[in-house]
Amino acid sequence: MSDDKVTVMIPRELYTKVEEKIAGTSFTSVEEYLVLLLENEFPEEAEYSEEEEALIRERLRKLGYIE
Amino acid sequence: MERLTAPDRVEKAAEEASELTVVQVSEELRLDLENVAFGLYSPLAGPLNQGDYLTVLAKGRLACDLPWTIPILLDLTEEEASGFSVGDRLALAQDGERFAVLDVQEKYGWDRKTHCERVYRTLDPAHPGVAKTHEMRPALVGGCIEVFNPSPGKYPRYRLKPRETRFLFREKGWRTVAGFQTRNAPHIGHEYVQKTALAFVDGLFINPLIGRKKPGDFTDEVILETYEAAFRHYFLRNSATMVTLEMEMRYAGPREAIHHAIVRKNYGCSHFIVGRDHAGVGSYYGPFEAQEIFEDYPDLGVTPIFFRNFFHCNRCGGPQNDKICPHGPEDHVNYSGTKMRSLLLEGKRPDETMMRPEVVDVILRHKEPFNP
Repeated sequence: MSDDKVTVMIPRELYTKVEEKIAGTSFTSVEEYLVLLLENEFPEEAEYSEEEEALIRERLRKLGYIE
Repeated sequence: MERLTAPDRVEKAAEEASELTVVQVSEELRLDLENVAFGLYSPLAGPLNQGDYLTVLAKGRLACDLPWTIPILLDLTEEEASGFSVGDRLALAQDGERFAVLDVQEKYGWDRKTHCERVYRTLDPAHPGVAKTHEMRPALVGGCIEVFNPSPGKYPRYRLKPRETRFLFREKGWRTVAGFQTRNAPHIGHEYVQKTALAFVDGLFINPLIGRKKPGDFTDEVILETYEAAFRHYFLRNSATMVTLEMEMRYAGPREAIHHAIVRKNYGCSHFIVGRDHAGVGSYYGPFEAQEIFEDYPDLGVTPIFFRNFFHCNRCGGPQNDKICPHGPEDHVNYSGTKMRSLLLEGKRPDETMMRPEVVDVILRHKEPFNP
């Protein structure tokens, strides 16, 4: 296993339920499904440079979206 | 991901584009391609290649298996398509104005009948999407675009890109945001749905669709002005915001509901409201098919919020829905858009239990509030 992955234990009963849920879908593994759920729960925040942040803030202020 | 030319390169990109073979596109296609460039159609990088197109038709997914249901196609005449080769770079123009470059990856043919069957589930030429498909040209071109000259949009004041809306949500402290698609002036039923969703999320993102719609729909101006009035009088100041989405309606029902959800996810919404007969027209789709299709997309990355029938209940004395109201149909008055439109066309005011008086005032101020 690569260093950037860790093992998490979940109840077997829950694992079986997920397996049943993803049967016939595009998910190829329980892991893939759970990773997606967690990614949705913790989405990547958009990153902005200081310059871009200032430009967007100014535009939103001019348009009246923020004060 | 954005596919816009960096500001310091725009002049050079325009100069380079002036020396390329140019192909003309319609206003609607330009908007679609600009939506690709803004990141609204992420993960698309341009008009679909054949592999993606075929899996979108067959499975409602790109070849890499990511959800995508509405084909974004660049259609040309055979003669136009014979004027360049795969690997060429083209300039794209609308009404003579060059706005983007396209790196051509593929040229291919397509079958309109299969397209209509898969996307619209009908071949009826009366369906607006089918009618539009039959107007399209026979050669398709796939590739990657870069837009150096985006149009200002019909309402620049309300046109934000996903990087801007995501920033806006962060500034407002909204961790969860419900997107609401609309092509209507708000009636009380809409407000009820929006506020019910708002009870569970931090912010409401009203996202009117600006672009080609069917006759009898409210004009874009009326939609924007009526929402402004509704915000002013009936919403908490920091709870809702409005941004326009310049994109034509396809009326593809369930498939389009998924498309709308993907676009709202790209804006930064965590939730998307799906009502009865979302993106439907006539009786081509069942009233809840646009909700049921979400079962096939657990990997969409945006949570749908479903609403079934909602109505005014005379006994409850307010808006209700069929999950919570114990009274019978004799006590229920539907929020009928058709009925409200007929009244408004005659210059009459719908009852205040149906539409806010401030919203009615805005509509009646307009001489032509509906698309001809």
